[in-house]
Amino acid sequence: MPMTIKENMAIQQERDLVYCRNRVKEIAAKIGMGIVNQTKLITATSEIARNMLRYAGGGNVKVEVITRGKLEGLQLVFEDSGPGIPDINKAMQDGFTTGNTLGLGLPGAKRLVNEFAIQSVVGKGTTVKILKWKNG
Amino acid sequence: MERIPILKMGRFLLVTIQVDLYDRLALTLEEDLVQMVYDTGASGVLIDISALSIVDSFMGRIIGNIAGMSSIMDAETVVVGMQPAVAITLIELGLPLAGVHTALNVERGMALLESRMSARPDDTSDADDD
Amino acid sequence: MEQDIIDGLKLKKDQVLEQWLKDQAEASDYSNNFNTNEELEGQSAELVDILLSTLNEDTLNNFSSGDLEPLTDYISSLTISRARQGFSPRETATYIFTLKDALIKVLGEIVAGEPTKLYSVTLKISKFIDNIGILSFETFITGREDVISQQSDEMAELSTPVIRVWNGILAMPIIGTLDSARTQIVMENLLQGIVDTGSSIAILDISGVPAVDSLVAQHLIKTVNATRLMGAECIISGIRPEIAQTVVHLGIDLSQMITKATLESALKYAFNTLQLEVRRIDKNKAN
Repeated sequence: MPMTIKENMAIQQERDLVYCRNRVKEIAAKIGMGIVNQTKLITATSEIARNMLRYAGGGNVKVEVITRGKLEGLQLVFEDSGPGIPDINKAMQDGFTTGNTLGLGLPGAKRLVNEFAIQSVVGKGTTVKILKWKNG
Repeated sequence: MERIPILKMGRFLLVTIQVDLYDRLALTLEEDLVQMVYDTGASGVLIDISALSIVDSFMGRIIGNIAGMSSIMDAETVVVGMQPAVAITLIELGLPLAGVHTALNVERGMALLESRMSARPDDTSDADDD
Repeated sequence: MEQDIIDGLKLKKDQVLEQWLKDQAEASDYSNNFNTNEELEGQSAELVDILLSTLNEDTLNNFSSGDLEPLTDYISSLTISRARQGFSPRETATYIFTLKDALIKVLGEIVAGEPTKLYSVTLKISKFIDNIGILSFETFITGREDVISQQSDEMAELSTPVIRVWNGILAMPIIGTLDSARTQIVMENLLQGIVDTGSSIAILDISGVPAVDSLVAQHLIKTVNATRLMGAECIISGIRPEIAQTVVHLGIDLSQMITKATLESALKYAFNTLQLEVRRIDKNKAN
Protein backbone atom coordinates (compact mmCIF):
# COMPACT_ATOMS: atom_id res chain seq x y z
CA MET A 1 0.00 0.00 0.00
CA PRO A 2 1.60 3.30 -1.07
CA MET A 3 1.46 5.89 1.65
CA THR A 4 0.68 9.50 1.07
CA ILE A 5 3.09 11.50 3.13
CA LYS A 6 3.78 15.15 2.45
CA GLU A 7 5.71 17.31 4.85
CA ASN A 8 7.24 20.73 5.03
CA MET A 9 10.20 21.65 7.17
CA ALA A 10 11.87 25.00 7.63
CA ILE A 11 15.65 25.13 7.90
CA GLN A 12 16.56 28.29 9.79
CA GLN A 13 19.31 27.19 12.15
CA GLU A 14 21.74 24.34 12.79
CA ARG A 15 19.32 22.51 15.09
CA ASP A 16 16.74 22.33 12.28
CA LEU A 17 19.29 20.32 10.31
CA VAL A 18 19.34 17.61 12.97
CA TYR A 19 15.53 17.56 13.17
CA CYS A 20 15.23 17.41 9.38
CA ARG A 21 17.67 14.46 9.13
CA ASN A 22 15.84 12.54 11.84
CA ARG A 23 12.43 13.19 10.34
CA VAL A 24 13.56 12.10 6.84
CA LYS A 25 15.06 8.96 8.38
CA GLU A 26 11.77 8.20 10.16
CA ILE A 27 9.75 8.57 6.97
CA ALA A 28 12.25 6.51 4.98
CA ALA A 29 12.05 3.74 7.58
CA LYS A 30 8.25 3.93 7.47
CA ILE A 31 8.14 3.12 3.75
CA GLY A 32 10.54 0.24 4.35
CA MET A 33 13.76 1.72 2.95
CA GLY A 34 16.87 -0.31 3.86
CA ILE A 35 19.39 1.06 6.35
CA VAL A 36 22.12 1.77 3.78
CA ASN A 37 19.75 3.68 1.50
CA GLN A 38 18.33 5.52 4.51
CA THR A 39 21.84 6.59 5.50
CA LYS A 40 22.68 7.68 1.95
CA LEU A 41 19.47 9.71 1.78
CA ILE A 42 19.90 11.51 5.11
CA THR A 43 23.55 12.22 4.31
CA ALA A 44 22.54 13.81 1.00
CA THR A 45 19.81 15.71 2.88
CA SER A 46 22.35 16.95 5.38
CA GLU A 47 24.73 18.14 2.65
CA ILE A 48 22.08 20.06 0.70
CA ALA A 49 20.35 21.50 3.76
CA ARG A 50 23.67 22.67 5.18
CA ASN A 51 24.54 24.36 1.88
CA MET A 52 21.18 26.08 1.99
CA LEU A 53 21.80 27.26 5.55
CA ARG A 54 25.34 28.40 4.86
CA TYR A 55 24.93 30.14 1.52
CA ALA A 56 21.27 31.23 1.53
CA GLY A 57 20.66 31.69 5.25
CA GLY A 58 18.06 28.95 5.30
CA GLY A 59 15.10 27.72 3.33
CA ASN A 60 12.44 25.10 3.12
CA VAL A 61 12.40 21.30 2.63
CA LYS A 62 9.42 19.44 1.19
CA VAL A 63 9.34 15.68 1.72
CA GLU A 64 7.01 13.48 -0.28
CA VAL A 65 6.51 9.74 -0.81
CA ILE A 66 6.56 9.03 -4.54
CA THR A 67 5.46 5.97 -6.48
CA ARG A 68 6.31 5.33 -10.12
CA GLY A 69 5.04 1.99 -11.40
CA LYS A 70 6.41 -0.59 -9.01
CA LEU A 71 8.98 1.77 -7.52
CA GLU A 72 8.42 3.60 -4.27
CA GLY A 73 10.69 6.23 -2.85
CA LEU A 74 11.15 9.59 -1.19
CA GLN A 75 11.40 12.90 -2.98
CA LEU A 76 12.87 15.94 -1.27
CA VAL A 77 12.71 19.48 -2.61
CA PHE A 78 15.00 22.09 -1.06
CA GLU A 79 14.01 25.68 -1.80
CA ASP A 80 15.73 28.87 -0.78
CA SER A 81 15.56 32.48 -1.80
CA GLY A 82 19.26 33.10 -1.39
CA PRO A 83 21.79 34.65 -3.76
CA GLY A 84 21.66 31.72 -6.21
CA ILE A 85 24.55 29.84 -7.81
CA PRO A 86 26.16 31.66 -10.75
CA ASP A 87 27.87 28.60 -12.27
CA ILE A 88 26.04 25.36 -11.50
CA ASN A 89 28.45 23.20 -13.49
CA LYS A 90 31.29 24.47 -11.34
CA ALA A 91 29.32 23.92 -8.13
CA MET A 92 28.73 20.34 -9.16
CA GLN A 93 32.47 19.62 -9.48
CA ASP A 94 34.19 17.65 -6.75
CA GLY A 95 36.32 19.85 -4.59
CA PHE A 96 34.89 23.17 -5.73
CA THR A 97 34.03 25.43 -2.82
CA THR A 98 33.60 29.09 -2.06
CA GLY A 99 33.10 28.51 1.64
CA ASN A 100 36.22 26.82 3.01
CA THR A 101 34.66 23.35 3.03
CA LEU A 102 35.59 20.12 1.30
CA GLY A 103 33.43 20.99 -1.69
CA LEU A 104 31.83 17.58 -1.63
CA GLY A 105 28.35 18.81 -0.71
CA LEU A 106 26.42 18.93 -3.99
CA PRO A 107 28.41 16.45 -6.12
CA GLY A 108 28.61 14.06 -3.18
CA ALA A 109 24.88 14.33 -2.53
CA LYS A 110 24.21 13.60 -6.20
CA ARG A 111 26.17 10.34 -5.96
CA LEU A 112 24.08 9.23 -2.98
CA VAL A 113 20.64 9.50 -4.59
CA ASN A 114 18.89 8.12 -7.69
CA GLU A 115 17.77 11.42 -9.17
CA PHE A 116 19.18 14.88 -8.65
CA ALA A 117 18.08 18.15 -10.25
CA ILE A 118 19.23 21.67 -9.48
CA GLN A 119 17.87 25.01 -10.65
CA SER A 120 19.24 28.35 -9.66
CA VAL A 121 18.56 31.96 -10.56
CA VAL A 122 21.11 34.51 -9.41
CA GLY A 123 19.46 36.92 -7.00
CA LYS A 124 16.33 34.80 -6.70
CA GLY A 125 17.29 31.49 -5.16
CA THR A 126 18.08 27.84 -5.66
CA THR A 127 15.94 24.70 -5.84
CA VAL A 128 17.41 21.23 -5.46
CA LYS A 129 15.24 18.17 -6.03
CA ILE A 130 16.42 14.70 -5.05
CA LEU A 131 14.80 11.29 -5.21
CA LYS A 132 15.81 8.04 -3.57
CA TRP A 133 14.06 4.75 -4.35
CA LYS A 134 13.32 2.38 -1.53
CA ASN A 135 15.39 -0.38 -3.10
CA GLY A 136 17.78 1.72 -5.15
CA MET B 1 26.57 25.03 26.45
CA GLU B 2 26.39 21.37 25.42
CA ARG B 3 29.74 19.57 25.21
CA ILE B 4 30.89 16.08 24.39
CA PRO B 5 32.85 14.59 27.32
CA ILE B 6 36.46 13.54 26.77
CA LEU B 7 37.83 10.80 29.02
CA LYS B 8 41.50 10.30 29.79
CA MET B 9 42.55 6.66 29.92
CA GLY B 10 46.22 6.30 30.60
CA ARG B 11 48.15 7.71 27.69
CA PHE B 12 45.05 7.96 25.54
CA LEU B 13 41.96 10.09 25.27
CA LEU B 14 38.55 8.54 24.62
CA VAL B 15 35.60 10.35 23.11
CA THR B 16 32.29 8.54 22.74
CA ILE B 17 29.86 10.47 20.57
CA GLN B 18 26.38 9.51 21.75
CA VAL B 19 24.32 12.43 20.49
CA ASP B 20 23.47 13.79 17.08
CA LEU B 21 26.31 16.03 16.07
CA TYR B 22 25.25 19.43 14.94
CA ASP B 23 27.92 21.63 13.49
CA ARG B 24 28.67 23.86 16.48
CA LEU B 25 28.98 20.84 18.79
CA ALA B 26 31.41 19.20 16.37
CA LEU B 27 33.52 22.35 16.18
CA THR B 28 33.57 22.61 19.97
CA LEU B 29 34.69 18.99 20.18
CA GLU B 30 37.55 19.69 17.77
CA GLU B 31 38.67 22.62 19.91
CA ASP B 32 38.33 20.78 23.25
CA LEU B 33 40.08 17.68 22.01
CA VAL B 34 43.11 19.46 20.62
CA GLN B 35 43.40 21.48 23.83
CA MET B 36 43.15 18.25 25.85
CA VAL B 37 45.88 16.57 23.77
CA TYR B 38 48.10 19.51 24.55
CA ASP B 39 47.23 19.62 28.27
CA THR B 40 47.61 15.89 28.93
CA GLY B 41 50.37 15.09 26.47
CA ALA B 42 48.27 12.15 25.31
CA SER B 43 49.82 9.98 22.64
CA GLY B 44 46.58 8.66 21.20
CA VAL B 45 42.97 9.69 20.62
CA LEU B 46 40.09 7.23 20.27
CA ILE B 47 36.88 8.52 18.75
CA ASP B 48 33.98 6.08 19.17
CA ILE B 49 31.31 6.81 16.57
CA SER B 50 29.35 3.56 16.92
CA ALA B 51 26.24 5.48 17.97
CA LEU B 52 26.35 7.81 14.97
CA SER B 53 23.88 7.01 12.20
CA ILE B 54 25.26 9.70 9.93
CA VAL B 55 28.66 11.19 9.09
CA ASP B 56 28.40 13.81 6.37
CA SER B 57 31.20 15.77 4.74
CA PHE B 58 31.23 18.36 7.52
CA MET B 59 31.66 15.80 10.30
CA GLY B 60 34.11 13.92 8.11
CA ARG B 61 36.14 17.09 7.83
CA ILE B 62 36.10 17.58 11.61
CA ILE B 63 37.35 14.01 12.12
CA GLY B 64 40.08 14.61 9.54
CA ASN B 65 40.99 17.87 11.26
CA ILE B 66 41.26 16.25 14.68
CA ALA B 67 43.51 13.53 13.25
CA GLY B 68 45.67 16.05 11.42
CA MET B 69 46.02 18.41 14.39
CA SER B 70 46.71 15.60 16.86
CA SER B 71 49.24 14.14 14.49
CA ILE B 72 51.39 17.28 14.42
CA MET B 73 51.17 17.27 18.21
CA ASP B 74 52.50 13.69 18.07
CA ALA B 75 49.27 11.90 18.95
CA GLU B 76 47.59 9.32 16.72
CA THR B 77 43.86 9.23 16.12
CA VAL B 78 41.78 6.08 15.73
CA VAL B 79 38.13 6.21 14.70
CA VAL B 80 36.32 3.16 16.05
CA GLY B 81 32.97 1.47 15.60
CA MET B 82 31.79 3.02 12.36
CA GLN B 83 28.50 1.46 11.25
CA PRO B 84 28.49 -0.39 7.91
CA ALA B 85 25.88 1.92 6.37
CA VAL B 86 27.92 4.97 7.40
CA ALA B 87 31.10 3.50 5.90
CA ILE B 88 29.39 2.71 2.58
CA THR B 89 27.87 6.20 2.46
CA LEU B 90 31.16 7.95 3.21
CA ILE B 91 32.86 6.06 0.37
CA GLU B 92 30.06 6.94 -2.05
CA LEU B 93 30.23 10.54 -0.89
CA GLY B 94 33.93 10.55 -1.80
CA LEU B 95 35.35 10.78 1.70
CA PRO B 96 37.59 7.78 2.49
CA LEU B 97 39.18 9.54 5.55
CA ALA B 98 42.61 8.54 4.25
CA GLY B 99 44.70 10.00 7.08
CA VAL B 100 42.72 8.40 9.90
CA HIS B 101 43.33 5.04 11.56
CA THR B 102 40.29 2.85 12.13
CA ALA B 103 39.32 -0.07 14.34
CA LEU B 104 36.29 -2.26 14.86
CA ASN B 105 35.68 -1.26 18.48
CA VAL B 106 37.26 0.59 21.40
CA GLU B 107 39.16 -2.47 22.58
CA ARG B 108 40.75 -3.08 19.17
CA GLY B 109 41.41 0.64 18.81
CA MET B 110 43.23 0.66 22.12
CA ALA B 111 45.29 -2.39 21.07
CA LEU B 112 46.12 -0.69 17.78
CA LEU B 113 47.36 2.43 19.57
CA GLU B 114 49.40 0.31 22.02
CA SER B 115 51.07 -1.58 19.20
CA ARG B 116 51.85 1.62 17.33
CA MET B 117 53.32 3.16 20.48
CA SER B 118 55.61 0.19 21.07
CA ALA B 119 56.69 0.26 17.43
CA ARG B 120 57.99 3.79 17.79
CA PRO B 121 61.78 3.65 17.68
CA ASP B 122 62.45 6.88 19.59
CA ASP B 123 59.78 6.50 22.24
CA THR B 124 61.92 5.01 24.99
CA SER B 125 60.47 6.98 27.90
CA ASP B 126 57.86 4.45 29.03
CA ALA B 127 58.06 1.62 26.55
CA ASP B 128 58.88 -1.94 27.60
CA ASP B 129 61.64 -3.70 25.79
CA ASP B 130 60.29 -5.34 22.61
CA MET C 1 -31.07 -4.92 -30.24
CA GLU C 2 -27.78 -6.33 -28.96
CA GLN C 3 -29.36 -6.71 -25.57
CA ASP C 4 -31.98 -9.06 -26.99
CA ILE C 5 -29.28 -11.27 -28.42
CA ILE C 6 -27.31 -11.24 -25.18
CA ASP C 7 -30.46 -12.16 -23.27
CA GLY C 8 -30.91 -14.97 -25.76
CA LEU C 9 -27.40 -16.16 -24.99
CA LYS C 10 -28.11 -16.05 -21.30
CA LEU C 11 -31.13 -18.29 -21.78
CA LYS C 12 -28.98 -20.77 -23.67
CA LYS C 13 -26.24 -20.76 -21.06
CA ASP C 14 -26.26 -24.51 -20.63
CA GLN C 15 -25.94 -24.99 -24.35
CA VAL C 16 -22.95 -22.63 -24.51
CA LEU C 17 -21.24 -24.56 -21.76
CA GLU C 18 -22.00 -27.91 -23.34
CA GLN C 19 -20.70 -26.75 -26.69
CA TRP C 20 -17.58 -25.27 -25.12
CA LEU C 21 -16.74 -28.45 -23.22
CA LYS C 22 -17.16 -30.39 -26.42
CA ASP C 23 -14.87 -28.00 -28.30
CA GLN C 24 -12.31 -28.17 -25.51
CA ALA C 25 -12.26 -31.95 -25.69
CA GLU C 26 -11.78 -31.80 -29.43
CA ALA C 27 -8.87 -29.32 -29.23
CA SER C 28 -5.92 -31.69 -29.36
CA ASP C 29 -3.90 -29.69 -26.82
CA TYR C 30 -6.15 -31.03 -24.15
CA SER C 31 -5.22 -34.65 -24.59
CA ASN C 32 -3.20 -34.73 -21.39
CA ASN C 33 -4.09 -31.93 -19.06
CA PHE C 34 -3.54 -31.89 -15.35
CA ASN C 35 -7.09 -31.13 -14.35
CA THR C 36 -9.60 -33.84 -13.81
CA ASN C 37 -12.67 -33.51 -15.98
CA GLU C 38 -14.88 -32.45 -13.10
CA GLU C 39 -12.49 -29.74 -12.13
CA LEU C 40 -12.34 -28.46 -15.65
CA GLU C 41 -16.09 -28.61 -16.04
CA GLY C 42 -16.66 -26.77 -12.80
CA GLN C 43 -14.19 -24.07 -13.78
CA SER C 44 -15.70 -23.71 -17.23
CA ALA C 45 -19.25 -23.51 -15.84
CA GLU C 46 -18.15 -20.82 -13.42
CA LEU C 47 -16.49 -18.81 -16.18
CA VAL C 48 -19.53 -19.03 -18.47
CA ASP C 49 -21.70 -18.01 -15.55
CA ILE C 50 -19.64 -14.94 -14.73
CA LEU C 51 -19.19 -14.04 -18.38
CA LEU C 52 -22.88 -14.10 -19.18
CA SER C 53 -23.91 -12.38 -15.97
CA THR C 54 -21.56 -9.43 -16.56
CA LEU C 55 -22.20 -9.22 -20.30
CA ASN C 56 -24.69 -6.57 -21.45
CA GLU C 57 -25.03 -4.07 -24.25
CA ASP C 58 -22.76 -1.63 -22.48
CA THR C 59 -19.98 -3.99 -21.36
CA LEU C 60 -19.92 -5.72 -24.74
CA ASN C 61 -18.76 -2.47 -26.31
CA ASN C 62 -16.60 -1.26 -23.46
CA PHE C 63 -14.15 -3.80 -22.07
CA SER C 64 -12.70 -1.32 -19.58
CA SER C 65 -16.10 -0.90 -17.90
CA GLY C 66 -16.02 -1.28 -14.13
CA ASP C 67 -18.99 -3.67 -14.31
CA LEU C 68 -16.66 -6.28 -15.82
CA GLU C 69 -14.52 -6.41 -12.71
CA PRO C 70 -15.85 -9.83 -11.53
CA LEU C 71 -14.96 -11.26 -14.96
CA THR C 72 -11.49 -9.68 -15.21
CA ASP C 73 -10.68 -10.75 -11.64
CA TYR C 74 -11.77 -14.28 -12.42
CA ILE C 75 -9.71 -14.40 -15.62
CA SER C 76 -6.61 -13.15 -13.76
CA SER C 77 -6.87 -15.69 -10.98
CA LEU C 78 -7.70 -18.43 -13.48
CA THR C 79 -4.61 -17.59 -15.56
CA ILE C 80 -2.37 -17.56 -12.49
CA SER C 81 -3.69 -20.85 -11.15
CA ARG C 82 -3.38 -22.50 -14.58
CA ALA C 83 0.19 -21.21 -14.95
CA ARG C 84 1.03 -22.66 -11.53
CA GLN C 85 -0.50 -25.99 -12.54
CA GLY C 86 1.88 -26.08 -15.48
CA PHE C 87 -0.40 -25.21 -18.38
CA SER C 88 1.44 -23.61 -21.27
CA PRO C 89 0.28 -20.15 -22.43
CA ARG C 90 -0.88 -21.85 -25.63
CA GLU C 91 -3.12 -24.19 -23.68
CA THR C 92 -4.69 -21.38 -21.68
CA ALA C 93 -5.18 -19.29 -24.82
CA THR C 94 -6.80 -22.26 -26.61
CA TYR C 95 -9.04 -22.75 -23.59
CA ILE C 96 -10.28 -19.16 -23.81
CA PHE C 97 -10.57 -19.04 -27.60
CA THR C 98 -12.62 -22.25 -27.80
CA LEU C 99 -15.21 -20.37 -25.76
CA LYS C 100 -15.42 -17.92 -28.65
CA ASP C 101 -16.23 -20.77 -31.04
CA ALA C 102 -18.93 -22.08 -28.71
CA LEU C 103 -20.50 -18.63 -28.28
CA ILE C 104 -20.54 -17.99 -32.01
CA LYS C 105 -22.10 -21.36 -32.73
CA VAL C 106 -24.93 -20.67 -30.28
CA LEU C 107 -25.25 -17.12 -31.64
CA GLY C 108 -25.77 -18.61 -35.06
CA GLU C 109 -28.84 -20.38 -33.75
CA ILE C 110 -30.23 -17.35 -31.98
CA VAL C 111 -29.86 -14.94 -34.88
CA ALA C 112 -30.57 -17.43 -37.62
CA GLY C 113 -31.77 -15.88 -40.87
CA GLU C 114 -30.35 -12.40 -40.24
CA PRO C 115 -26.81 -12.50 -41.68
CA THR C 116 -26.01 -8.79 -41.23
CA LYS C 117 -27.07 -8.83 -37.61
CA LEU C 118 -25.24 -12.07 -36.97
CA TYR C 119 -22.12 -10.68 -38.62
CA SER C 120 -22.07 -7.52 -36.51
CA VAL C 121 -22.73 -9.25 -33.20
CA THR C 122 -20.24 -12.02 -33.97
CA LEU C 123 -17.61 -9.39 -34.59
CA LYS C 124 -18.33 -7.79 -31.23
CA ILE C 125 -18.36 -11.05 -29.28
CA SER C 126 -15.17 -12.06 -31.04
CA LYS C 127 -13.50 -8.81 -30.02
CA PHE C 128 -14.76 -9.24 -26.47
CA ILE C 129 -13.23 -12.70 -26.14
CA ASP C 130 -10.03 -11.43 -27.75
CA ASN C 131 -9.83 -8.87 -24.95
CA ILE C 132 -10.19 -11.64 -22.41
CA GLY C 133 -7.33 -13.42 -24.18
CA ILE C 134 -5.15 -10.31 -24.04
CA LEU C 135 -5.94 -9.85 -20.36
CA SER C 136 -4.98 -13.45 -19.65
CA PHE C 137 -1.75 -13.04 -21.60
CA GLU C 138 -0.88 -9.85 -19.70
CA THR C 139 -1.58 -11.52 -16.37
CA PHE C 140 0.64 -14.39 -17.39
CA ILE C 141 3.52 -12.06 -18.30
CA THR C 142 3.15 -10.00 -15.12
CA GLY C 143 3.18 -13.19 -13.08
CA ARG C 144 6.37 -14.27 -14.81
CA GLU C 145 7.97 -10.86 -14.26
CA ASP C 146 7.19 -11.05 -10.55
CA VAL C 147 8.82 -14.46 -10.40
CA ILE C 148 11.87 -13.18 -12.30
CA SER C 149 12.36 -10.14 -10.09
CA GLN C 150 11.90 -12.26 -6.99
CA GLN C 151 14.45 -14.74 -8.28
CA SER C 152 16.98 -12.09 -9.17
CA ASP C 153 16.63 -10.69 -5.64
CA GLU C 154 17.19 -14.15 -4.23
CA MET C 155 20.10 -14.73 -6.58
CA ALA C 156 21.79 -11.52 -5.52
CA GLU C 157 21.36 -12.60 -1.92
CA LEU C 158 22.48 -16.18 -2.54
CA SER C 159 25.45 -15.34 -4.68
CA THR C 160 27.20 -13.28 -2.02
CA PRO C 161 27.84 -15.59 0.91
CA VAL C 162 30.14 -14.47 3.69
CA ILE C 163 32.24 -17.35 4.97
CA ARG C 164 34.15 -17.32 8.19
CA VAL C 165 37.31 -19.20 7.25
CA TRP C 166 39.10 -18.63 10.51
CA ASN C 167 38.62 -16.77 13.73
CA GLY C 168 39.07 -13.18 12.54
CA ILE C 169 39.14 -13.97 8.82
CA LEU C 170 36.17 -13.71 6.47
CA ALA C 171 36.04 -14.73 2.84
CA MET C 172 33.53 -13.77 0.19
CA PRO C 173 33.66 -15.40 -3.23
CA ILE C 174 32.09 -13.26 -5.94
CA ILE C 175 30.61 -15.10 -8.88
CA GLY C 176 29.31 -13.17 -11.86
CA THR C 177 29.49 -9.55 -12.89
CA LEU C 178 30.01 -6.87 -10.30
CA ASP C 179 27.70 -3.95 -11.11
CA SER C 180 26.86 -1.11 -8.79
CA ALA C 181 23.70 -2.72 -7.38
CA ARG C 182 25.61 -5.92 -6.70
CA THR C 183 28.51 -4.02 -5.17
CA GLN C 184 26.16 -2.45 -2.65
CA ILE C 185 24.91 -5.90 -1.59
CA VAL C 186 28.48 -7.23 -1.46
CA MET C 187 29.58 -4.30 0.70
CA GLU C 188 26.56 -4.53 2.99
CA ASN C 189 26.97 -8.27 3.56
CA LEU C 190 30.73 -8.06 3.96
CA LEU C 191 30.67 -5.14 6.41
CA GLN C 192 27.83 -6.64 8.41
CA GLY C 193 29.78 -9.91 8.49
CA ILE C 194 32.78 -8.03 9.86
CA VAL C 195 30.65 -6.50 12.62
CA ASP C 196 28.93 -9.79 13.46
CA THR C 197 32.09 -11.87 13.68
CA GLY C 198 34.51 -9.18 14.83
CA SER C 199 36.83 -10.12 11.99
CA SER C 200 39.74 -7.90 11.10
CA ILE C 201 40.53 -9.38 7.68
CA ALA C 202 38.18 -9.89 4.77
CA ILE C 203 39.15 -11.70 1.59
CA LEU C 204 37.21 -10.86 -1.54
CA ASP C 205 37.80 -13.60 -4.08
CA ILE C 206 37.08 -12.56 -7.66
CA SER C 207 37.99 -15.84 -9.40
CA GLY C 208 34.37 -16.06 -10.52
CA VAL C 209 34.18 -12.55 -11.96
CA PRO C 210 34.39 -12.88 -15.75
CA ALA C 211 36.09 -9.54 -16.48
CA VAL C 212 37.48 -6.57 -14.61
CA ASP C 213 37.07 -3.22 -16.35
CA SER C 214 37.60 0.21 -14.86
CA LEU C 215 34.07 0.25 -13.44
CA VAL C 216 34.48 -3.10 -11.69
CA ALA C 217 37.88 -1.94 -10.42
CA GLN C 218 36.20 1.15 -9.00
CA HIS C 219 33.66 -1.03 -7.20
CA LEU C 220 36.47 -3.15 -5.75
CA ILE C 221 38.34 -0.06 -4.57
CA LYS C 222 35.16 1.23 -2.92
CA THR C 223 34.67 -2.05 -1.11
CA VAL C 224 38.28 -2.08 0.08
CA ASN C 225 38.00 1.51 1.32
CA ALA C 226 34.70 0.91 3.10
CA THR C 227 36.20 -2.13 4.83
CA ARG C 228 39.10 0.02 5.97
CA LEU C 229 36.71 2.61 7.42
CA MET C 230 35.22 -0.14 9.56
CA GLY C 231 38.68 -0.93 10.92
CA ALA C 232 39.32 -4.11 8.97
CA GLU C 233 41.58 -4.99 6.07
CA CYS C 234 40.31 -6.22 2.71
CA ILE C 235 42.39 -8.44 0.43
CA ILE C 236 41.41 -9.10 -3.18
CA SER C 237 42.28 -12.61 -4.30
CA GLY C 238 41.65 -14.66 -7.40
CA ILE C 239 43.43 -12.36 -9.84
CA ARG C 240 43.65 -14.65 -12.87
CA PRO C 241 46.31 -13.95 -15.53
CA GLU C 242 43.69 -12.62 -17.97
CA ILE C 243 42.45 -10.22 -15.32
CA ALA C 244 45.99 -9.04 -14.55
CA GLN C 245 46.50 -8.44 -18.28
CA THR C 246 43.32 -6.42 -18.82
CA VAL C 247 43.88 -4.41 -15.64
CA VAL C 248 47.33 -3.33 -16.79
CA HIS C 249 46.30 -2.81 -20.42
CA LEU C 250 43.44 -0.59 -19.32
CA GLY C 251 45.81 1.36 -17.08
CA ILE C 252 43.81 0.65 -13.92
CA ASP C 253 45.72 1.35 -10.73
CA LEU C 254 45.16 -1.35 -8.13
CA SER C 255 48.35 -0.60 -6.23
CA GLN C 256 46.39 0.85 -3.30
CA MET C 257 44.95 -2.58 -2.57
CA ILE C 258 46.43 -5.82 -1.39
CA THR C 259 45.94 -8.25 -4.27
CA LYS C 260 46.80 -11.93 -4.40
CA ALA C 261 46.67 -14.43 -7.24
CA THR C 262 44.96 -17.17 -5.26
CA LEU C 263 42.75 -17.54 -2.23
CA GLU C 264 45.51 -19.67 -0.76
CA SER C 265 48.09 -16.89 -0.83
CA ALA C 266 45.51 -14.44 0.53
CA LEU C 267 44.89 -16.82 3.43
CA LYS C 268 48.64 -17.14 4.05
CA TYR C 269 48.90 -13.35 4.12
CA ALA C 270 45.97 -13.18 6.56
CA PHE C 271 47.52 -15.81 8.85
CA ASN C 272 50.74 -13.90 8.78
CA THR C 273 49.01 -10.65 9.70
CA LEU C 274 47.22 -12.33 12.60
CA GLN C 275 50.53 -13.92 13.61
CA LEU C 276 49.24 -17.44 13.03
CA GLU C 277 51.19 -20.34 11.62
CA VAL C 278 50.07 -23.51 9.88
CA ARG C 279 52.44 -26.43 10.37
CA ARG C 280 52.58 -30.09 9.44
CA ILE C 281 52.50 -32.30 12.48
CA ASP C 282 55.23 -34.88 12.64
CA LYS C 283 53.36 -37.78 14.21
CA ASN C 284 56.47 -39.79 15.09
CA LYS C 285 57.94 -36.90 17.00
CA ALA C 286 54.66 -35.98 18.64
CA ASN C 287 54.37 -39.28 20.50
